[in-house]
Amino acid sequence: MAEPMLHLEGLRKSFGSLIVTDDVTLDVMPGEMHAIIGPNGAGKTTLINQISGLTAPDEGRILFAGNDVTALPPEARALRGLSRSFQITSILPGFPVIENVALAVQARTGSSLRFVRRAADEATLNVPAMAALEQTGIADRAHARAGELSHGEKRALELAIALAMKPTLLLLDEPMAGIGREEAEGQVELLLRLKGQLTMVLVEHDMAAVFALADRISVLIRGQVLTTGLPADVRADPQVVAAYLGEQME
Amino acid sequence: MSGTLFLVQVLNGLQLGVLLFLIAAGLTLVFGVMDFINLAHGVQYMLGAYLAVAFYGVVGNFLAALVLALVAALAFGLLLEFLVFRHLYGRDHLDQVIATFGIILFLNHAVRLIWGAAPLTLPVPDFFAGTVVLMGGLLYPVWRLVIIASGLAVALGLYVLVTYTRLGMLVRAGATNAPMVSALGVDIGRLFMFVFGFGTMLAGFAGIMIAPIISVEPGMGTNILILALVVIVIGGIGSIRGAFVAALLIGLVDTLGRSFSIDILRMVMGPSPARMAGPAIASMLIYVLMAIVLYIRPAGLFPARGR
Amino acid sequence: MTAATLAAASRSRLLRPTRDVALPLLIFLMFALLPLFAWLTAQQYLLDLGARMMVFAVAAVALDLLVGYGGLISFGHAGFIGLGAYAVGILSAQGIDDALVSLPVAIAVSMLFAWLTGIVCLRTKGVYFIMITLAFGQMVYFIATSLAPYGGDNGLTIAARNTVAGWKLLKSDRAFYYVALICLLATYLLCRALVVSRFGRVLRGSRENATRMATIGFTVRRFQLVAYVISGGFGGLSGFLLANSTEFVSPAYMSWQQSGELIVMVILGGVGTLDGAILGTVAYLVAEEWLSGLTENWQVIFGPLLVLAVLFARGGLIGLVSRFWRFGHG
Repeated sequence: MAEPMLHLEGLRKSFGSLIVTDDVTLDVMPGEMHAIIGPNGAGKTTLINQISGLTAPDEGRILFAGNDVTALPPEARALRGLSRSFQITSILPGFPVIENVALAVQARTGSSLRFVRRAADEATLNVPAMAALEQTGIADRAHARAGELSHGEKRALELAIALAMKPTLLLLDEPMAGIGREEAEGQVELLLRLKGQLTMVLVEHDMAAVFALADRISVLIRGQVLTTGLPADVRADPQVVAAYLGEQME
Repeated sequence: MSGTLFLVQVLNGLQLGVLLFLIAAGLTLVFGVMDFINLAHGVQYMLGAYLAVAFYGVVGNFLAALVLALVAALAFGLLLEFLVFRHLYGRDHLDQVIATFGIILFLNHAVRLIWGAAPLTLPVPDFFAGTVVLMGGLLYPVWRLVIIASGLAVALGLYVLVTYTRLGMLVRAGATNAPMVSALGVDIGRLFMFVFGFGTMLAGFAGIMIAPIISVEPGMGTNILILALVVIVIGGIGSIRGAFVAALLIGLVDTLGRSFSIDILRMVMGPSPARMAGPAIASMLIYVLMAIVLYIRPAGLFPARGR
Repeated sequence: MTAATLAAASRSRLLRPTRDVALPLLIFLMFALLPLFAWLTAQQYLLDLGARMMVFAVAAVALDLLVGYGGLISFGHAGFIGLGAYAVGILSAQGIDDALVSLPVAIAVSMLFAWLTGIVCLRTKGVYFIMITLAFGQMVYFIATSLAPYGGDNGLTIAARNTVAGWKLLKSDRAFYYVALICLLATYLLCRALVVSRFGRVLRGSRENATRMATIGFTVRRFQLVAYVISGGFGGLSGFLLANSTEFVSPAYMSWQQSGELIVMVILGGVGTLDGAILGTVAYLVAEEWLSGLTENWQVIFGPLLVLAVLFARGGLIGLVSRFWRFGHG
């Protein structure tokens, strides 16, 4: 059995008396598209925050590609190949779209302690950046100010930034949030193309996307993992239907 | 280093601490509830002193002067709030710093224009004049004891107000999460005005109480403002409890440090370098303290907001 | 920093190509020609005033780097000026008055202090950062006041301006003026290059969205520290120039009021534009000069002007310039 790309062990996180992550143990295998679903308030985003390093768990371990990264800050995890997109779009609105992505390339390409050359002109950064923009379909907006993009375009930029980091593990926090049907289908197609090339963890409410993409699904209810399994099994699991899917399958 | 001298300085430290608390309380509330950096708080303190001197000159009675000065200080504070500060809530901290800096410049020199640059004095009220024997050989000015007592009384009153009254609860809630309080239907504008006015009065009160024992001059608010800012940062912004603890701590550290720095240093170095380094280190002491506290707890000792 | 303040200043960046070159060109041209004007109108004091403007502009430009581009509101910047000035003063008192020694020492001391204090300061944010930078500025101030052999509270007169490799280059006021101009130009050009470099981009990105930058892989604090040290170094340069300009060093150079004035200069001109820092310095010192001629208590007029500027002129002078520029060009 291959070593998991991501191994969560006994993660616990409370905010005051509210337990948000309750003894979560989870494995994500290399190359897998692993979806995490659950009702609002189940603690999905907090879990993603702990994996990416923005929140420190109270207890438990996080192993990424076999290495214990629990104590590492988010920037260290990013440089090891862990990338994430945010549920609430987190870009640099004052910068041109291409520079948003070029910065992601810059982080893993050479030193940033360069003080004289104009960064925006560097082809070594712009070419990979454009490639990522083309992948997500917004290459035509490369020179617009990121703050002026439509919501759907901003979500695409969010994804482009994450992809430009050439990650081995990509955490997607509700990438379909707030975008229209057509754009959502485009995102699903993109993610399907990426399947197998990298490991992905997908947090989503959009069930159509989840069942189209996921290799395995974990269901998170009130901070606990209810079950993990193949999509067909999870779909049919009465506990899951009762706790969550029943509401979704309208 | 005699025991009596030490005790005197401890009392002096408490007196300074209590004074700092009066100023810091208003400052930390305004900051905590309205997210407003009010550098001009120090001039409220200065104004309190000047108004006390002015009214005393008219009525000749300290108590009457105190009441009149308090009312005038409150009125002036509310006027400032209405004219300027109200428009700065929600603005960048940078803008607030500049604007209140401008007000400091204006008021420091306006005071100079009106009352002149020479220091003014205010006599200690007769009833509290003179010294009292606290214990064998220890003579201590009565007025300083009055300051300590009144400061502690205000602290107690504030504690009761903030912990046990509905208004106090609103203030505490506002310090933790102002938008939420507003969303719950509380007239946040009026709450702000109350917090601001109250803080202004506390600072003015501090100025009035200290006037009899120091020289009242332009710019006297500046140095105490820095100390007060250090207090609220160490105590944690928005926290009255933090302001109280930090104020007493700073009052004691600063006073004892200045009095005994040379003596303490003489234990580890010769008298001459000690005499040179002593005052320097004493002045720096509270800043070093603040740096250490912020290094360990970047949001102060008792931060009001759960950051 | 709120979007509003920065948007106001950056909206003024819309006319990028022309204004980006025209305005600084104009500014430096005027500085270059000022001595001629002063000579023609026989107003020698203008030379002093102009030199003073440039000396403070060096510090202001460096401060804008921190405040405008890094989002770090440092209220202790005068401390670096003071350190640079005292480096010159103390070395001079010891008999060392060659700029080839004093200048590197001034800059090195400032950078070292910036590095050590920056490590502590950058653990905090928001108003805590403002306060702790203020505290460190105060620390330097009190150290200076207690330096009895070097004047203490009263300050220290320097025998003469620094020599450069034995040559009394700085002795003539006009020569000093042009040295200061070159220093300002160098500071400005370096900072201009810096803000669009790889480093500058990370700094600016961190100001806009530090979380994003961290999750991309940047250790934000490290970059902020480097910016803090660089800014401190230029402060030291400013102090070196100030000490030589006035032939006097005093703790007042590092008072918190001085730090406040520097921030005012940056904001007044238009934060986050570099040109604004220079314009703001000029405007502030001109206002000070002019108003103090009217009345001894000129701050009574200046204070409210500041308040009004904050309330109504967002984006500072650069913002105003841009509004007129766009107005005139339709």
